[in-house]
Amino acid sequence: MPRLPGGRVMPALIEARGLTVRFGGATVLDRVDIAVMPGEIVTIVGPNGSGKSTLVRGLIGLQPLAAGGVTRKPGLRIGYVPQRLHIDAGLPLTVRRFLSLPARVTDGAAAEALARCGVPGLEARQMAGLSGGQFQRVLLARALLARPEILILDEPTQGLDQPGTAAFYRLIEEVRATTGAAVLMVSHDLHVVMSASDRVICLNGHVCCEGAPSVVSAAPEYRALFGLGTRGAFALYRHEHDHEHDHDHGHGHDHAHPHHLAAEGEDAR
Amino acid sequence: MLDDFLARAALAGIGLSLATGPLGCFVVWRRMAYFGDATAHAAILGVALAFGFGISIYAGTLAMALVMAVLVTRLAARGHAMDTALGVLAHSALAFGLVAAALQPGLRVDLSAYLFGDILAVSRADLAVVWGGALAVAGLIVWRWQALLTATLNEELAMAAGLDPRREQAVLTLALAVVVAVSIKIVGALLIASLLIIPAAAARAGARTPEAMAVVAAALGILSALGGLGLSLGFDTPAGASIIAVAAVVFALSLAVGRRGA
Repeated sequence: MPRLPGGRVMPALIEARGLTVRFGGATVLDRVDIAVMPGEIVTIVGPNGSGKSTLVRGLIGLQPLAAGGVTRKPGLRIGYVPQRLHIDAGLPLTVRRFLSLPARVTDGAAAEALARCGVPGLEARQMAGLSGGQFQRVLLARALLARPEILILDEPTQGLDQPGTAAFYRLIEEVRATTGAAVLMVSHDLHVVMSASDRVICLNGHVCCEGAPSVVSAAPEYRALFGLGTRGAFALYRHEHDHEHDHDHGHGHDHAHPHHLAAEGEDAR
Repeated sequence: MLDDFLARAALAGIGLSLATGPLGCFVVWRRMAYFGDATAHAAILGVALAFGFGISIYAGTLAMALVMAVLVTRLAARGHAMDTALGVLAHSALAFGLVAAALQPGLRVDLSAYLFGDILAVSRADLAVVWGGALAVAGLIVWRWQALLTATLNEELAMAAGLDPRREQAVLTLALAVVVAVSIKIVGALLIASLLIIPAAAARAGARTPEAMAVVAAALGILSALGGLGLSLGFDTPAGASIIAVAAVVFALSLAVGRRGA
């Protein structure tokens, strides 16, 4: 855990210890430790089915845990951008009205949030009539209105094209810079997201490796999950299982020592 | 004015619509139509038990509607297919209700009055119960509005904002049970769900916000109640069925409005 200059331990905004989730007999998350400090951008990467969304749900408190626990800073304000938001066709909802959920906000605050997210003037539009990019930005605007200490985004760029994705991540960086909010993001858009992150956590049912983007992208554990020599191009997931796991053990959920990489002078836990 | 059975009937319809309008919107948005049906069917068993134990019919139906709502929620949470759970629970409750009524030798009550309701037989005491229940439900929904709406939109969003979606679900379950209990004499167990759903569905056509839809649904409910009473009076048709028939016509008209507005 990072220490402040005075030697005091800096409290994490949100922290999971030994977080374990099982669906039926299958262990989806196995003793995951994760902590997000104030102002930090942390990205969780992992192949499909690696438990990324389940981890986010666990951190928010929506996912029952088989073992382990989650501690949130008391009164923590979370700005949450879900992976998907289906709006029932029977529910009429303007952008303006959506921004006032769950807490009512003023017209001025709503307009400012929309402008900051690059979608000014959408107030009167129906949520169901927005394009994919507009929809994601409106979701982000709503999350920002809660004045969050941490933004949690679950694959926020799903369905966006490459320029749209890049623009969205630039927006996230900008938000962190201007509001100081920490960001916890789930993604598979590795090459775009990595440069913006302070820390990348590579997840595959357990924490495979974590550290600064450059450290993680060079790590054998990461390369095993996302292919060799990505050189900035999107790498397809090739599950080679060559990172110190026995080939006989499926996803290797039985290994007791997830190996964290030292990152930027921070001691490995 | 309350001496007139027609005035009492109209007031009962108006009061009930104040609750069924907004509640019906949530039933539509959350796709809980089945739920309304199940609690309503259970209410018949509640009526039979109320006679058996000599308690108030309202208390009996409210209790059974709540029990049913909890049972359905539990079964669904355990992964049973919802339509199967309802097929078992709702119709067995109805069957047990009819059997239980028949097993009480002294009982000289026609249960069909509670299957189809009789708004024209509403007494002053009934009127007080309907308005009390309806205002309580409307008040509950207004009080919890923001939280209910957020939880309806997305459970994760609600959780992240510190709300508990299960509590909001419980609020709606309770509201539904109360509405079923107070409306069983008016439209009857078989037609309650349609009173919730049809005005809300009709209100969707022109509405741009959830609030507008809830208010319009309540207004259309009142319109249907008054129109249905008029129909019943003019053509000697059953009042509960006439109300639903008018609501259905209003819904059909709303489709034309929706097409023009879109």
